[in-house]
Amino acid sequence: MSISIRFFASLADSLGAREATVEFRPGMAALDAWRAATARAELPGRVLVAINREYADPSAVLRDGDEVGFFPPVTGG
Amino acid sequence: MRTAIRHGPFDPYAELARFERERIAAGSCGAAAVFIGTLRDFNDGAGVQRMTLDHYPGMTERHLERIAAEAIERWPLAECLIIHRVGEIALGEAIVLCAAWSAHRSAAFDACRFLIEDLKQRAPFWKKETRADGERWVEHNTPP
Repeated sequence: MSISIRFFASLADSLGAREATVEFRPGMAALDAWRAATARAELPGRVLVAINREYADPSAVLRDGDEVGFFPPVTGG
Repeated sequence: MRTAIRHGPFDPYAELARFERERIAAGSCGAAAVFIGTLRDFNDGAGVQRMTLDHYPGMTERHLERIAAEAIERWPLAECLIIHRVGEIALGEAIVLCAAWSAHRSAAFDACRFLIEDLKQRAPFWKKETRADGERWVEHNTPP
């Protein structure tokens, strides 16, 4: 029972990781997955969140097996 | 509609010609609006040598498909096309191609602008510039 986590771009560089796995706990939100994976209490304001590859709010509740992505503001095009 | 991520260089003009041959019946569309973004030397003293594009496999492709489908829903388009690079990009190489075909120019212009502006605001890509003095992630895109 786990949550897989992806980090991208400058955030991955600053954390020193592009992936992590944390234990799923019923009722946990994306923010809780961030805290478990990074040992940081707060999500920096610029960081965006995706759950199962869809934009989501950090307070969105997770389900077992979800993939959560954390990344900086996008700069494509 | 066609959307694609390319891991190597592509020729946007050849892609347009190929797409039109395959998808646009001759004489069926009066208007094609095209945006091509290429890597430029930002010319601010520490010249950009190359760029690396990061993306979120799975999420990025889905976002491009979604905005192409939205463009076709919102405007009377015959077709639209998005191609975007990832990986290492050299100066002068194309980064992105957006195009929309319609009977008349208003829909084609508006749809093409929608595709590139949404992509720039929301599509999960991140640019890292390599300069003589090192690498740095671009923090935000230039405004519309």
